Amino acid sequence: MALISCRDLCLAYEGKIAVDRLSFDVSPGDYLCIVGENGSGKSTLIRALLGLKKPRSGSIQYGDGLKQSEIGYLPQQTPAQKDFPASVREVVLSGCRAAPFYSASEKRRAAENMEKLGLTELKKACYRELSGGQQQRVLLARALCATRKLLLLDEPVTGLDPAVSAELYRIIRDLNEEGVTVVMVTHDVDCAIERARTILHLRTVPLFWGRAEDYRESEIGRSFMASGPEKGGDEA
Amino acid sequence: MSLIKEMLSYTFLLRAIIVGGLVSLCAAVLGVPLVLKRYSMIGDGLSHVGFGALAVAAAMNAAPLSVAIPVVVAAAFLLLRLSASGKVKGDAAIAVVSTGSLALGVIVISLSTGMNTETSNYLFGSILSMSEEDVRLSLILTALVLLLFIIFYHHIFAVTFDETFARATGKRAGACNALLALLTALTVVVGMRLMGSLLISGLVIFPALSAMRLCREFRHVIIVSSALSLVCFLLGTVASFALAIPTGASVVCVDILALLGCFGLGRLRERG
Repeated sequence: MALISCRDLCLAYEGKIAVDRLSFDVSPGDYLCIVGENGSGKSTLIRALLGLKKPRSGSIQYGDGLKQSEIGYLPQQTPAQKDFPASVREVVLSGCRAAPFYSASEKRRAAENMEKLGLTELKKACYRELSGGQQQRVLLARALCATRKLLLLDEPVTGLDPAVSAELYRIIRDLNEEGVTVVMVTHDVDCAIERARTILHLRTVPLFWGRAEDYRESEIGRSFMASGPEKGGDEA
Repeated sequence: MSLIKEMLSYTFLLRAIIVGGLVSLCAAVLGVPLVLKRYSMIGDGLSHVGFGALAVAAAMNAAPLSVAIPVVVAAAFLLLRLSASGKVKGDAAIAVVSTGSLALGVIVISLSTGMNTETSNYLFGSILSMSEEDVRLSLILTALVLLLFIIFYHHIFAVTFDETFARATGKRAGACNALLALLTALTVVVGMRLMGSLLISGLVIFPALSAMRLCREFRHVIIVSSALSLVCFLLGTVASFALAIPTGASVVCVDILALLGCFGLGRLRERG
């Protein structure tokens, strides 16, 4: 059974349609990359998957024991976070439920995730003083506290230099191999095809949904790769 | 020392110190998430609304707080709503509401009692205005603020750091924001007549900003902000007594000095 299945999804902002006629599944263990230009509806789709945006029509269903609130979300960073006084440990822990205090198992889980992402030595460090790559690892550890099943990554390597990006991609790959399903939204179509198992190409309507190998051979895939989509990610 | 002894011998001063200290504490705690969420001006906007409410209460011969509390709480929710809806920019929304209430207050006062010392007390605060009722109220307020803040501390942190993520993982960000707005409104109302409606927002903003310069952990920011706010209030009150200057203004000036000091220390640490 699929973790997420979207059927004939239509999403709109104030009457303007952002995503239309979209049907796709995310199966357990998948590594799905959602690609498309700015304004193609990727960010809107993310908001809908997280339950922050109600579909105008169609449905999003969560299966295989996944609850909507158990998606490990790695958002793009906000300006307010740049000068936020918080320690790494505080940020990572904030991925846990807290009802209203953190349980011993939640604290253990946070510690495990910090260890997994090599943050144990930085746990007392101040989030705002870390490098971009370290900050992303902190947010990834926080996302892992919120989920055991599915990570939803929004342009995870934006603003990182190539070596740090490669490191982050390696971490994501490892997590996927350990059984965490990955859904990643990205501009970076080359990297997406190299790593993903499944591709969803969106331009309001889905232009392609299928295996990454097939996408490479498809006309839409070839033309999108050749056009070299712009790098960076300030999509609204 | 003898100065402090003399101060404590006046009952009205003792009351003012208790109320002011407690309000400083609440404002400093609430100020940290407000400043970090870019809601600093909400405290300012609310106090102007409070001024309007006090003026109306005086004109109607009603108990000041019985009018001010519901009006300011309602304004807090309205401001939060306006900021969130994005139709009017948050800061512009606050400016509209606060200037509007100030204007309304001034008109009501000039039509009823006319401008007098009481008006000036509403605007700039008066250390003589604290009754036993106020002491009781500020004790209840502080207990409420601290208790709720501690219970919802982790949620407040999560929502302040990243509202989208908090919402997505099932934390109730709307309720958290409403709680902050409610507690800020109550703090502003209780502290307003002592500190002055034009000055009370200093208590919300300055200690939080100072503590943010010094601390690198959210928990420490809250603790340092509270401690700093309390110390600045006491120093400001002593200075106001010694120099015979208005208490609200004096406390805000001490807060500003502390802020400058913290900026200096922060700089030094960055270099060292």
